[in-house]
Amino acid sequence: MVSPATSKVFLRALGVSKAFPGVQALDDVSFEVRGGEVVALIGENGAGKSTLMKILAGLHRPDSGRVELHGEAVELLSPLDALHRGIALIHQELNLCDNLTVSAAMFLGAELRRGPFLCEREMADASRQWLSRLGLDIAPQTKVSALRPGQRQMLEIARALRSEARVIIMDEPTSSLTQVEVDRLFEVVRELQRKNIAVIYITHRLSEIAVLADRVVGLRDGRNSGDLPREQVSHDALVQLMVGRGLSGTRRQPHAPGDVALKLRDLSTRAYPEASVDLTVRRSEVVAIAGLLGSGRSELLRAIFGIDDRLTGSVEVAGNSLPGADPRKAVAAGVALLPEDRKSEGLVLSMSVAENLSLPTLHRRGWWLDRGYQTELATSTIADLGIACRDGEQMAGSLSGGNQQKIVLGKWLAADPQVLLLDEPTRGVDVGARAEIYRRLDELAQSGLAVLFVSSELEEVLLLADRVLVMRDGEIRGEVSGDDRTEKNIMLLATGATL
Amino acid sequence: MNKLLGIAGLILVVALVTTWLSYDAVTGNFPFLSAYNLENLLRRLGMFGVLSIAAAFVIVTGGIDLSIGSVVCVSGCVLPWLLGSCGMPAWLALPAVLLLAAAIGLWHGFLVVGLRLQPFVVTLCGLLLYRGLMRNFTGDQTMGLGDAGESLRWLATGKIPITDSFGLPVPLCVLAVVATATGIIWQRTVWGRHLFALGRNEEAARFAGVATGRLTVLAYVACSLLAGLGGCLFVLDVNSAQASNFGNFYELYAIAGAVLGGVALRGGEGLVVGVVLGAALMQLLSNTINLVANSNQLEFAVVGAVILIGAAFDELVRRWVAFRSARRK
Repeated sequence: MVSPATSKVFLRALGVSKAFPGVQALDDVSFEVRGGEVVALIGENGAGKSTLMKILAGLHRPDSGRVELHGEAVELLSPLDALHRGIALIHQELNLCDNLTVSAAMFLGAELRRGPFLCEREMADASRQWLSRLGLDIAPQTKVSALRPGQRQMLEIARALRSEARVIIMDEPTSSLTQVEVDRLFEVVRELQRKNIAVIYITHRLSEIAVLADRVVGLRDGRNSGDLPREQVSHDALVQLMVGRGLSGTRRQPHAPGDVALKLRDLSTRAYPEASVDLTVRRSEVVAIAGLLGSGRSELLRAIFGIDDRLTGSVEVAGNSLPGADPRKAVAAGVALLPEDRKSEGLVLSMSVAENLSLPTLHRRGWWLDRGYQTELATSTIADLGIACRDGEQMAGSLSGGNQQKIVLGKWLAADPQVLLLDEPTRGVDVGARAEIYRRLDELAQSGLAVLFVSSELEEVLLLADRVLVMRDGEIRGEVSGDDRTEKNIMLLATGATL
Repeated sequence: MNKLLGIAGLILVVALVTTWLSYDAVTGNFPFLSAYNLENLLRRLGMFGVLSIAAAFVIVTGGIDLSIGSVVCVSGCVLPWLLGSCGMPAWLALPAVLLLAAAIGLWHGFLVVGLRLQPFVVTLCGLLLYRGLMRNFTGDQTMGLGDAGESLRWLATGKIPITDSFGLPVPLCVLAVVATATGIIWQRTVWGRHLFALGRNEEAARFAGVATGRLTVLAYVACSLLAGLGGCLFVLDVNSAQASNFGNFYELYAIAGAVLGGVALRGGEGLVVGVVLGAALMQLLSNTINLVANSNQLEFAVVGAVILIGAAFDELVRRWVAFRSARRK
């Protein structure tokens, strides 16, 4: 293995600045990566990480400053140009054409060909080999649309490997992976390192950095906020690098639960028709459902809220039966759902912050569009949740992930719910916004709200929940409490090993 | 694939029903099955099929081309003009018209890709623009081919004899060539692969290094080129064109055929076989109306109703299958 410290700088950005309308995304930022080095890039959402990576991947061009490859200044004209020079970006939003087959997606843009014609068999064979190196056993003819999110992520990585990239940029690669897949990914990253391939790793999960990174680079408000060598990596140092201040991550006091707010009896969903769930959440109680992807957690929340049909069973909210398959009735009964996919289910990205915030409650103000209410709600929610935007008129889609999630939360708080369902509430949300969301949820629970949330982040589950339930194959397999309340025990239950 | 079998089945059913309904008790004939009717039907299928493939090229990229009918009008008026007024030889006039049509496609591509205008707006304006220009250009006069087009007319009116009374219309052979070439491009070449990828997720395709802009432009060029070819066939078939109505509504026939044949409007989905079957069903329905009702007043209504029922049926079957598979689990 080549020692990263002695190998040559492969890719470097020098004094790079980039402005978008209304925002200085990057201001005189420098960054470098050497062959065989794993550099973790951290920073809050909106700190400029994605912009910097997009410049390195040829998608944006810097306003000033330059990019150097092997010590020579280059102008990266397009993603294709960057790819040809050995720089591959694995995009944060899993960016695959899901109408293609796995092998077609693997070779998209670099098809094996005889003249203009495709060599399907050769591509299928090669795909199978690349995928099996990542421990992925899927047939090359499978449609991408049939893959789970974790498998799609692995496919993207396999694609970058196939392109013989010298630098692989991974933008939050683990946000949709199961623990097994994450472990596998880490092995792959180490293998890349042994082959002298540089990896730039953007993540919000501080625990991953300690495991993987040779060096940590921080960005804050579009500027360099410092570097940390491997030896100096600690949770506090990382948080310091990102937000410039410490954050308390201690578990808060459990609440005193009140009356039953939500009661599920024998509820089964399309995902697992044979399994069923019985569950109770009391007022002022925060209940977490942990489990692997595909364990039926999201489907359970969707069935409660009425997005999906219920096959059997009943739901009661504060003692009253809630009919299924009608989200409107659920909202009227005081249930709110913060969905898993913020961009397609949580927000109308092309509408303004104010319009999004007032969407579930505007009709309560009568048929006439109440602009006063809309503005008022926007002003108060923006202040209350600390949403970083110019004003309520800004487009929701132009905000960072953390701020978007605050809008989704804010619009439901305006509906004054009794039961709040959250599906992966902090996916793709930075540490600062996370703390804000945790604090707010805590306050809401104090004031009597019943919270039921699904999360793949065990740290978050342990931090936030009064009770932790673990789901597997559509059923609640157990509850971890007291001294058993550890990440390890949750994983054991989630994967089916016995305690 | 199931969907294609469904359409093929539907075509068979409609054909049988038409045969039965149009039975002439007086003479004991089946007018639908007469060589004349079948040749006519297949000739129209050949011409409209080319237009549907044209539409499909753009729909696959996630765009739309509403100007197909007007491009048909352009080539329908310009071909007689080149042959007649300009005295251009046939071997030069036909490529010249196709080149003009391709240039229109290039223009659309430039507007859609270069200026990032919406395909719907660009081609809707094209629809109005080209027809208006043609009406002015021809002074609303009928453009006749006269003797000048005689050497080309075989392309539209000719047939390849199969039996004594029945021959395969040449336009159907043209369609066969166009469809085969398109099928090979879509399924077997890198170009087709990239076209479908960008149609579903342009961003992802761009990240993968696909030249999305150039390909999209090429799709518009292919579309207008085929529409121009269709226009030539149509004018060669009827011998003259009147700018005010030549090719009117043909873009809707073209799009309906493609969509009916399983080309998804959201892009990235479709098979050439489906497009041809969809176009065939459209022409068959129109033939049915003419034979059974002896008038074409109801044609649009029946075509609209059939497509609507088809779409609803398709959706219901899809849900039923999803429901069944959920139950079985």
